[in-house]
Amino acid sequence: MNNEKPFGLYLHVPFCDGKCPYCDFYSLPVSEEQMNRYTRRMLETLEAYAAQYPRRADTLYFGGGTPNLLGAERLSALIVWAKECFGLEDAEITVEVNPTENLSEFLHELRAAGANRLSIGLQSANDDELALLGRRHTAEQAKKTVQYAQDAGFGNISLDLMLAVQKQTKESLLRSIDFCADAGIQHLSAYLLKIEPDTVYGKKKETLCVPDDDEAGDFYLFACEELEKCGFPQYEISNFAKPGFESRHNLKYWSCEEYLGIGPAAHSFMEGKRFYYPRNFSAFLDGAQPVPDGDGGEFEEYAMLALRLAEGLTDEGCRARFGFGIPARMKQAAKLYEKGGLSVCTDSGFHFTPKGFLVSNTLTAEILYST
Amino acid sequence: MSIPRERIRNFSIIAHIDHGKSTLADRILEQTKSVALRDMENQLLDNMDLERERGITIKAHAVTLVYSALDGQDYVFNLIDTPGHVDFNYEVSRSLAACEGAVLVVDASQGIEAQTLANTYLAVDAGLEIVPVINKIDLPSAQPEKVRAEIEDVIGIPADDAPCISAKLGTNIDQVMEQIVKHVPPPQGEETAPLKALIFDSYYDAYKGVIIHVRLQDGQVHPGDTIRLMATGAEFTVVECGYGRATCLEPSAGLSAGEVGYIAASIKAVKDARVGDTVTLADNPAKTPLPGYRSVQPMVFCGIYPADGARYPDLRDALDKLQLNDAALSFDPETSVALGFGFRCGFLGLLHMEIIQERLEREYNLDIITTAPSVVYQITKTNGEVIHIDNPTNYPDPSLIAQAEEPITNAHIYTPSEYVGNIMDLCQDRRGIFKDMKYIDTDRVDIHYELPLNEIIYDFFDALKSRTRGYASFDYELSGYKKSSLVKLDIMLNGDVVDALSFIIHADKAYPRARKMAEKLSEKIPRQLFEVPIQACVGGRIIARETVKAMRKDVLAKCYGGDITRKKKLLEKQKEGKKRMRQLGTVEVPQEAFMSVLKLDE
Repeated sequence: MNNEKPFGLYLHVPFCDGKCPYCDFYSLPVSEEQMNRYTRRMLETLEAYAAQYPRRADTLYFGGGTPNLLGAERLSALIVWAKECFGLEDAEITVEVNPTENLSEFLHELRAAGANRLSIGLQSANDDELALLGRRHTAEQAKKTVQYAQDAGFGNISLDLMLAVQKQTKESLLRSIDFCADAGIQHLSAYLLKIEPDTVYGKKKETLCVPDDDEAGDFYLFACEELEKCGFPQYEISNFAKPGFESRHNLKYWSCEEYLGIGPAAHSFMEGKRFYYPRNFSAFLDGAQPVPDGDGGEFEEYAMLALRLAEGLTDEGCRARFGFGIPARMKQAAKLYEKGGLSVCTDSGFHFTPKGFLVSNTLTAEILYST
Repeated sequence: MSIPRERIRNFSIIAHIDHGKSTLADRILEQTKSVALRDMENQLLDNMDLERERGITIKAHAVTLVYSALDGQDYVFNLIDTPGHVDFNYEVSRSLAACEGAVLVVDASQGIEAQTLANTYLAVDAGLEIVPVINKIDLPSAQPEKVRAEIEDVIGIPADDAPCISAKLGTNIDQVMEQIVKHVPPPQGEETAPLKALIFDSYYDAYKGVIIHVRLQDGQVHPGDTIRLMATGAEFTVVECGYGRATCLEPSAGLSAGEVGYIAASIKAVKDARVGDTVTLADNPAKTPLPGYRSVQPMVFCGIYPADGARYPDLRDALDKLQLNDAALSFDPETSVALGFGFRCGFLGLLHMEIIQERLEREYNLDIITTAPSVVYQITKTNGEVIHIDNPTNYPDPSLIAQAEEPITNAHIYTPSEYVGNIMDLCQDRRGIFKDMKYIDTDRVDIHYELPLNEIIYDFFDALKSRTRGYASFDYELSGYKKSSLVKLDIMLNGDVVDALSFIIHADKAYPRARKMAEKLSEKIPRQLFEVPIQACVGGRIIARETVKAMRKDVLAKCYGGDITRKKKLLEKQKEGKKRMRQLGTVEVPQEAFMSVLKLDE
């Protein structure tokens, strides 16, 4: 293994015990046989990549789907093998988990295998909202899952929250936030519900009773404010953490660092190239190779990603990577939006405010393509 | 052609829009076997897509046919199809000047309409024999006898033997043919006199250059002759001449007095061979040209800009090409702060303007932005200088204006009497001055108004149609200039004047229009990252205001599992979206916003 900066390793686990009506991530129904074939294929692929990239990784992330459905035995095998292939010393090893009945034993085994971070799909602490979201758990089950995880020795737990969902009110959102604060967790992801076209929600868009853009914006700003109060400062558009508990793996995405994603629909950025596996499970099992997706890491992309972070774009960051500071025209453009409370300009660069994050697409384009 | 001049019949068909002119022309072509049935498309002479769709004739066309009459003789029919719209009155008058007769088609269910009369008067003025025909007798609402009486009463020509036909079903078309043989006189003219040929149509052909359609009054023309166009003095060598057939041109050894045909002489643009000009021979010229030539003056102007500034050269090429075929279209480069580089274009009227806009979009695949149409204002400045303004941008400071005048029209509206009230309301609202009102028959009326041209050019036709359920017809002619109280209305976005949205308007109309424009713009301008005030002002005074609230939230793409591509695509989309917007100062304005303020009545 050489001295290059370690990369992040992402394994996509495409199994779910049901499809949430808003979700457009790639997932399939559970089957013991398919999970075995999948695991075998994954082990082989890791080995092949180890030959291609004889390098160290320092984060491992099991995303889904619902990775806990694989079970502790298969997950453990994958963790052990990934360590064999890419080192993973002192690595952050995250597993996404959906709350369900008694995960106690599973979590103990997972912790024993080396996993040290959990991302738990809470979404809401209100059962009526959970039902409308098509989630198959209750707030009580989520609470228990967090307790089991803590009992198993997980000291770095993240909860997912959804904003601007059906039936949500400021009061109900505050209940969800308090639930998280009281649970003794370290990290929180809060996503605005986005209605994707190829989902159940997307198809019945007209009949959904979700907040409009203005109301959704209010929920978002409210959440940012409340989470800060509870000791979870925002460090990315949708992510909040107690200091020192920012997700090391996800930060690689936003810092334009390298990561290797394996599994159907997984994306990679390695050695200047982006590539991804198609959303096709059987092709993956049959050994299909990822599809090239062009070059990555150029300035525009770097800036776009950096502006998702609370830290924003800095001269220092730009210079370290590209040899030049932030272009003056971009700084000027960013300055234009300071008055409206969308951006903050400092000596070292500029960053967006929560209000700016809400319009970050438009704002980023305005700044990147300013003349 | 072996048929003697006594058996030539040169005629036009005149009618109000939709009364069946083109359908009758189709039937005549069929009955003379001019067109193989498999080539027969509806409204064959209207060969622009636009003409077929709108059911109107934009360009004149001419076809030479042979008809075997009941008397056993073969006759040459030269059918000269004419444009049916007031914007093209001059072209109509030239087409009629090429004929000895006109078939007047009147709809049996609708009777005489505005253009029926306008065109009939043109034909009568040109000394043409009128052959009335009552069409659409197949309609349940047809009242041929009533219409027959109307023709006699209103137009004052005998209609007792007017054929009752259905051009659609082909009923009694032969009677029309026989009437033409019987009533339209053969052409006069001296074959040996110096050549005098009237250009009644010209169009550009990619292979042969400009094809001019002519009616020979005197003399002859043959390939190889050097011709001279008397208005411009330009000379050309005839490459080919012959007869226009229904679907092609048929070359001949020559054309002679009384005949209708075409000449190709490597002429590069129609502006060199204008409708109304006289063709003569260079080595044996006629002493005087045929009467009636005038160079046409545009009456309505607007700015046309490419939506994508990079396509400015394409727009220029397209206008160049359209002008090859349309001497009435004028254009000069202009620049706008808001819209960049474009052209100030002049048109005969509103329809002409719409047609050019549509052709640019369809035939040349251009996305264009047009500014509000303007008429030509006549301004006398305090220093005595008289200037003509067709672009609001050039409107002088009010303190420099001694007197402002605007063009005025004589307008006739023909309508069932039940709509008189509605129409008077409309005309009153458009600053019309009532002149008189005549009953055409018991339930139809001719209302005569003096109307300012600038009140007609926005949406008068649409308003008239909606107030009369489409039953009224309308015709106007320019009658001169009249002193008027005019102001320039400016629109400001975020404090900056948008020049492309400025226009000149009567002082009394400024306030309601300003309010409507501000409202419409506030609907069409998308929310931006900051609040955008929209203000309408006259002479620095704000008279209407709206606000576009700041955008609160856009699409927050998850950036999860490392799928950067999706996020990048969103950004690309944003970039593309920016291209479709016009950056006006700090504000981005979509193209629809410019278009929407042109149609405020919707």
